[in-house]
Amino acid sequence: MLAALAAGLLCAAIALIFFYAPVDADQGLSQKIFYFHVPIAFTAYACFGWGAWKALLVLWKRKPGADQESYVAIHQGVIFGALTLITGSIWAKISWGVWWTWSERQLVLFLVLFLFYCAYFMLRFSVEPGPQRENLCAVYALFGVVLIPVSFLAIRLAENFIHPTVFTSRGPQMATSQFATFCVALAAMIALAGTLYRVELLGKRLDARLRELRELLT
Amino acid sequence: MIRARRLGRTFGTKHVIRGLELDVPRGGFLLVTGPNGSGKTTLLRLVAGLLVPTAGELEVAVPRDRVGYLGHEPLVYRELTALENLDLYGRLYRVPERRERIGMLLERFGLWEARNQWADSFSRGMLQRLALCRTLLHDPDLLVLDEPFSALDEEGAALLDRQLAELRPRATFLLATHDPERVSPLAPDRLAFA
Amino acid sequence: MTAYLADVATLARKDLRLELRTRNTVPAMLLFVVAALVVFHFALPAGSSELAAKGLLWVAIVFTALLGLTRAFVAEREQRLIDGLLLAPCDRSAIWLAKSVAVLGFLVVAEVVALPAFALFFSGIDGATVAGVALADLGICAVGTVLAAMAVAGRARELLLPLLFLPLAIPVVVGGVGASVTGHPGRYLGFLALYDAVFAIISWASFEYVVTE
Repeated sequence: MLAALAAGLLCAAIALIFFYAPVDADQGLSQKIFYFHVPIAFTAYACFGWGAWKALLVLWKRKPGADQESYVAIHQGVIFGALTLITGSIWAKISWGVWWTWSERQLVLFLVLFLFYCAYFMLRFSVEPGPQRENLCAVYALFGVVLIPVSFLAIRLAENFIHPTVFTSRGPQMATSQFATFCVALAAMIALAGTLYRVELLGKRLDARLRELRELLT
Repeated sequence: MIRARRLGRTFGTKHVIRGLELDVPRGGFLLVTGPNGSGKTTLLRLVAGLLVPTAGELEVAVPRDRVGYLGHEPLVYRELTALENLDLYGRLYRVPERRERIGMLLERFGLWEARNQWADSFSRGMLQRLALCRTLLHDPDLLVLDEPFSALDEEGAALLDRQLAELRPRATFLLATHDPERVSPLAPDRLAFA
Repeated sequence: MTAYLADVATLARKDLRLELRTRNTVPAMLLFVVAALVVFHFALPAGSSELAAKGLLWVAIVFTALLGLTRAFVAEREQRLIDGLLLAPCDRSAIWLAKSVAVLGFLVVAEVVALPAFALFFSGIDGATVAGVALADLGICAVGTVLAAMAVAGRARELLLPLLFLPLAIPVVVGGVGASVTGHPGRYLGFLALYDAVFAIISWASFEYVVTE
């Protein structure tokens, strides 16, 4: 169901991006990457947030499936985070001719978070599965969600002494057609993330079930 | 005192304990036997509160500070003296008349002369005796002992025998051992792990 | 409340006493921080600003702290001594607080040597920098202690702790460098205080879960 919705939204979004939204005066066709980059970024945040919520359930309510859901959400978040960095890098190349710039706050924030959540996987796979691993991952996920605003503040403060920004990014002042396209793209990305989340979760649960059955038989 | 229903504990994918039912009344003495790796230590750690169950329920009707646990490790700091180690635990357990009680226990287990030596310099037998002092320091109501006789020489084992007999009427016991005959005079119930 | 603080004092005293006797950690931290500063001298080409050196001071501090943190729970885990503390009726968060205080003590000792060394090798240290160091230390030790306990629960513990710690140390470095280098240290010191408060609270609350098996 969700998959169909996601597919539909994605097609709609792509159509809108390329045919409906006006071509940008300065950057031309390549500005369209914006419609991918920002929704992907939002989606990544949403995944991390969802992962943190599930982590809270692990610690607070001790819900049995919550650890796995938290893990899958963060996994999705990292995937979308990587995509954010890639699309951001492409956008930087298009806009300013460099593959990376420290003046894009969002991008820098994402880099920090990307490092943080990659370490999540290192943590997860270095501890044996069990109640302790669930707890550790949940605590770490919650630290992550607190780190997001703190890092953002840090990056803003850092701009004052890191070499002055040469590039300024215009926050998109969007015309309605652009905004509509943006919203559809956002919805599409979230639906995509949701679908992938469901699929991965289902896969993991099937794996676990199979393992259980195999054990019962031996 | 101790109640387990469908108790289970896994480590990774290994089920070490599965579907265990247990009832130990106040003042009871449960002897746990079984080969290495069968889950004895896991059960004792669960009862002591060092592990949480992954399935089922476990109820231990005493608060943490009334439980005395002796595991495979003596749980003493090597670079502290015997006296300092017991003082540390005495403070954490808020033992009343701490100094007197520590002195009494050290003497009872024959460690008084060594009280100002670092635990580092103790033999295995002495460490085990020190661990016993630590376990009994706060006069626990529930004693969880994992192979307490291991590493003890004849004299140490005799001391422990005497202690157990003395405490038998006042406490509840959960004891794992490879030498069940040693404790049979204390009329234990038995639980065998496969 | 007093019982809680008494427990913290007992445990912190234990850690400090152990360090005094074994001298495992602090000498290594001292040597490391001075060696790092010397390496930085060679790493800064001529014409680098004085400010660049100030920035590197913070790198030295973060990595020295890592050294201390890596050792924080090693004994507890290797000899399962943590069991002794978990059996005791004290609050689990008291273990965290005591350990943080101990690591803070070690870090401060290292800095008492590092800051004068820095002044000697590079340039003077002003009040804002010292205040920054003090505030940064609190945050580093609070967060680092929880992460050290996490790292020690798995395999490859010495490798894991830096990976867990460095992203969380980035805001601290920003705060510290900002305080040392810019004309408005107040803003950065305030930020460090915010970091400390926020992360101390979640570290305090979450430690119990980190040590539960």
